[in-house]
Amino acid sequence: MCEDCGCEEGNKKIYFDSLENSVENASQKTIKIETDILDKNNHIAHHNSHWLQDRNIATLNIMSSPGSGKTYLLEKTLDKLGHLKKIAVLIGDQQTDNDAKRLILKEGKVKQINTVSSCHLDASMIQKELGSFVDGSENMLIIENVGNLVCPAAFKLGEKIKIALLSTTEGEDKPLKYPVLFHSADVIIITKTDLIPYLDWDLNKAYEYIKKINPNALIIPVSAKTGDGMTRWYDYLMNEV
Amino acid sequence: MHELSLAQTLVESVTALAKKENATKVSSITISVGALSGVSKDSLEFCFPMATKDTFLASTKIIINEIPLTTVCSECEATTYPNNYYILCQNCQSTNVRITGGKEFSLVSMEVE
Repeated sequence: MCEDCGCEEGNKKIYFDSLENSVENASQKTIKIETDILDKNNHIAHHNSHWLQDRNIATLNIMSSPGSGKTYLLEKTLDKLGHLKKIAVLIGDQQTDNDAKRLILKEGKVKQINTVSSCHLDASMIQKELGSFVDGSENMLIIENVGNLVCPAAFKLGEKIKIALLSTTEGEDKPLKYPVLFHSADVIIITKTDLIPYLDWDLNKAYEYIKKINPNALIIPVSAKTGDGMTRWYDYLMNEV
Repeated sequence: MHELSLAQTLVESVTALAKKENATKVSSITISVGALSGVSKDSLEFCFPMATKDTFLASTKIIINEIPLTTVCSECEATTYPNNYYILCQNCQSTNVRITGGKEFSLVSMEVE
């Protein structure tokens, strides 16, 4: 059992509990282990999830490639919902607090996490903020992950919902090229739809490719710039999270 | 490209276990990497010697079992192995499937002396 909270996660075999499975063979022996290599991260993520759920803080992990419009979507979201819900935003980037500076002007509170050399946020980076920056009074925590379509998919943070963005300035086939991340998403937001008339980009194809990788994802096409489709996104955050 | 840090995590865990076992040497470790784990076998194999250099595991071999995406169909109950990460039963083409394999990233066993 987990020493911190007695949760089931702690019942999983850990490295040191596995020794009774040793098979001796002269001086050589095989030790069977069967342990998730990311157990440590998963366990912290589990605690984060508990902490957030106990306080009714809906937590979203937003993932996408760099430049797909995560921060702009959040600027508009805070403008619209920041006075209706108490929202905290954590933003991961390797360097700079440029994104936090954009969002700090909005309703809600914002903190930048610089991962320096790391290509993703991990659960311990979020854990540090719970009980301090995230004080427990919030309704929602939005985590903007490092812009990267590969690594963030492997690391749970303790979120309730994973959201992936696909912008129209990327190929429609990005979900096929980066299936692990797009498969893991509960919601896929197609951003920058106002640019479709100027691009050789096919919305139906994008839907078709997403459904191959993730048949059950909710797909919301939006233009944060013109506001087209944003009502569906706001409704989702207000009523379905 | 986080395989180097994953390899370092692996080295720490295996070293702790081997010391606990009073092992003088770890000749090999076996791990499973699922198709949906977000971990690249080639990249991990490439990074492992860098992570073990000048450590207790400097001579340890890494054996990586790749686990394919495995689905069980809720319509026809067939267990199939979809290609290209398409979430689709290969028997009846239904998308109503449960994923039963491919998410693993686990340490399976180790050979020690």
